[in-house]
Amino acid sequence: MKNSIAERVHDFLKIYPPFNLLKSDKLLEISEEVVIIYLEKGDILFKAGDSFNEHFYMVRDGAISLNHTNNDIQEIVSMSDTGDVFGVRPLIAQENYKLTATAHEESIVYAIPIKGFQLAAENNSKVYKYLITAFATNAYDSYTTRENNEIFVDYLPNNSQDIANFQTANYTKKPVTCSEKTMLRDAAIKMSALKIGCIIVIDKEKKPVGIITNSDIKNKIATGKYPIETSVTNIMSSPVITSRKDLTIADGQLQMIKHNIGHLCITKDGTVNSKLVGVLSHHDVLVTLGNNPTVILKEIKRATRTKKLRTVRLKGNTLLKSYLEQNIPLTHIIKVISQINDAVTFRAIEIALLKMPTPPPVKFSWLALGSQGRKEQLLFTDQDNALVFEDVAKDKYEETQAYFIELAKYVTKSLNKIGFEYCEADMMASNPEWCKSISEWKNQFGNWILKPDEKAVLLSSIFFDYSRIYGDEGLVNELSDTIFKTLKNTSLFFKFLGRDAIKSPSPLGFFKQFLVEQNGEQKDLFNIKSRGLMPLIDAARLLILSKHVKGVNNTSERYEKLAELEPNNKELFESCSYAFKALSKFKAKQGLLHNNSGKFIALETLTKEEKLKLKRCFKPINEIQETLKFRFDLKNFM
Amino acid sequence: MVFKRLKRKITNYPDFWLAYIDSFDAKKKASIENTRFVAFDTETTGFDRKKDRILSIGAVSFTGKSIEVNKSLELYLEQNIFKPETVQIHGLMKNGYEEKISELEAIKVFLNYIKDAVLIAHHANFDKTMVNQMLLRHGLGELKNDFIDTGVLFNKSKHIIYKESLKEKYSLDDLCKELNVPKVDRHTASGDALITAIVFLKILSRLDKRKHLEWGYLLSK
Repeated sequence: MKNSIAERVHDFLKIYPPFNLLKSDKLLEISEEVVIIYLEKGDILFKAGDSFNEHFYMVRDGAISLNHTNNDIQEIVSMSDTGDVFGVRPLIAQENYKLTATAHEESIVYAIPIKGFQLAAENNSKVYKYLITAFATNAYDSYTTRENNEIFVDYLPNNSQDIANFQTANYTKKPVTCSEKTMLRDAAIKMSALKIGCIIVIDKEKKPVGIITNSDIKNKIATGKYPIETSVTNIMSSPVITSRKDLTIADGQLQMIKHNIGHLCITKDGTVNSKLVGVLSHHDVLVTLGNNPTVILKEIKRATRTKKLRTVRLKGNTLLKSYLEQNIPLTHIIKVISQINDAVTFRAIEIALLKMPTPPPVKFSWLALGSQGRKEQLLFTDQDNALVFEDVAKDKYEETQAYFIELAKYVTKSLNKIGFEYCEADMMASNPEWCKSISEWKNQFGNWILKPDEKAVLLSSIFFDYSRIYGDEGLVNELSDTIFKTLKNTSLFFKFLGRDAIKSPSPLGFFKQFLVEQNGEQKDLFNIKSRGLMPLIDAARLLILSKHVKGVNNTSERYEKLAELEPNNKELFESCSYAFKALSKFKAKQGLLHNNSGKFIALETLTKEEKLKLKRCFKPINEIQETLKFRFDLKNFM
Repeated sequence: MVFKRLKRKITNYPDFWLAYIDSFDAKKKASIENTRFVAFDTETTGFDRKKDRILSIGAVSFTGKSIEVNKSLELYLEQNIFKPETVQIHGLMKNGYEEKISELEAIKVFLNYIKDAVLIAHHANFDKTMVNQMLLRHGLGELKNDFIDTGVLFNKSKHIIYKESLKEKYSLDDLCKELNVPKVDRHTASGDALITAIVFLKILSRLDKRKHLEWGYLLSK
């Protein structure tokens, strides 16, 4: 009987090795026996230790990660993409699986029958050679472990190193200096004698005015551009980049990457206008650490393919885990992870732009919304983004929008590959509704604000937390200005936001028991997002908007700002800020534990102490909700 | 039970129909992951349920998330009715090279294949009607299986904010686009059946995330 599906499976397999080495009729026989497996993100195909089965696998769509657990640390040994073969251990060695195969994203996998394959591939040495190579790359034994440790060194964070990120940088306290009048030759002799790579040029007041490094001498003297008897001021790099004494290693390295320099001058007050007190060199940083977030950021900047971005972003999770384990302040963790997420998005946009046939027709900005917009995204979440572009003539509109939608499609697709799932509600720049000109956006926000309804409030709660990731800053400022101007003309909108912010009551129930979700599979699970985080996020947004404060997007920072603006409510706002951070941490830990968003928490898994901690966070939720009721007169608006 | 047997005797149904009916006897609603699903699609000579005929039926079955290729079904039916204008859609010619069987034979094989599985189709009403018409022509009853329409199910999976802008009818192409399903072999019965199955599994995982994965929710209109 005809089997069209088998024919299509055959058509797919035949383009990839080792199947391209088989005869077509044999391959068709194999194709008929294939099992097509659909995997949701996080589904496990096989586990380390499972006895081998009758199939090996090929990725049809999506990505499968092969993991090894070592002392409770999940290490990614390899990632299989469309056309990659994996799980070949049973075929080669007839042994139990040594790795765990998990769907890194939604995937379709073909399970290939080993028996049928062996029959068809009999005596085909090329086929086996290919498979053995594939096997060796994905294998995990004592020999390859060592190798993999080197390849995946960044997956295995060393605790002491990570802690160092937040230590004050250990800079050279007595930097070698020379005056502005020094001749280059003398400076070079000094550098050579002291075996150092740089010398700082200082003025009479010991303020740093320039820096000479080995590469300056190489590029400017040895090339004959300047004579050796020139003044140091002629070839020094100036002005120097300065920093304060208390900078952390992470900050130091960030600055170096930002300015593309190898040395930071440390001055008394952190500016070029004060006395030089030390130098932090790239070497100093590298000595202090092996790997760290800035290495990740650097890798992101250099990535040229989505696949690479994905690998790098994965390291972010490992980093996050170790940070949480070490109790590093959450504010720091959030900053680092947000920066990584933003950089990944930025790079994904740059890569997408290269794929476009022409440069953008007009200026545009890429906006992150929701948690990424608030810069408080710890784990992979759904994508929420939007795009705003400059106004164009009416007859050009369609064409312009089409360009940006195409661009956005590339970006959202690669973000999805990296691990940010598509937004369930399709709130993404690739959707024409969220890819508009500045005038249309102004209109849109105007409508939401002046004619609020349930849907408008739902959408504004996501859109009001936008922040620019890429593109023109002017457009975004213009949009914000219009929004704040419109907000002045309404109080009804605030009432709507207020009603939304208090609709989920503080979770301390009548008997001070947790209110757990009543229905379905999530019974006995506590929804920390809707019950804990959202009320705090919503309240902070409402309050900060009502105060007309622009540019503070982060929830904890919003509360800190509010504490500053209203000293008499300082205590409440500060405890809200604390509660938000504590709850975020809870969610992130749970998420890492279960490899999901961490939204639902199984109460029985919490220790007594953790439960108490959680409960303590709910008091400020209750209080802030009461404040909103009173302040926006919500009693009669429910 | 007694009544049923009486009814059988009266109407004198063929054995394969009785076997089909019997497969529902032991039926107790299994959990979703333990349920056998059959996604199927028909290619027809047109959209008129009285005049038009089924040219081909494709189906795949699965329990859980694995679809076994060798357990898929692909039938080509011998029909007297032929409409040249639909050939460009399904590519089935009057004297094509596919091995064709009679309508009755196709019914036998199809019923034996589906048994009591929950049936999935895109725009299920059409396929259901066409199959039922075929059964009627041969003096049999209507399909007894539970049906899930991927078009309807997709609407349920859409986020609340889009409820008002939902399309009444999503084509299978729309769903492929929205759910990122590779369009392979579109407009052949078994190609569409496989796509429908994957679309279904993807929607299911969306609903699962929102904890709407209950029989009542899946089956209701």
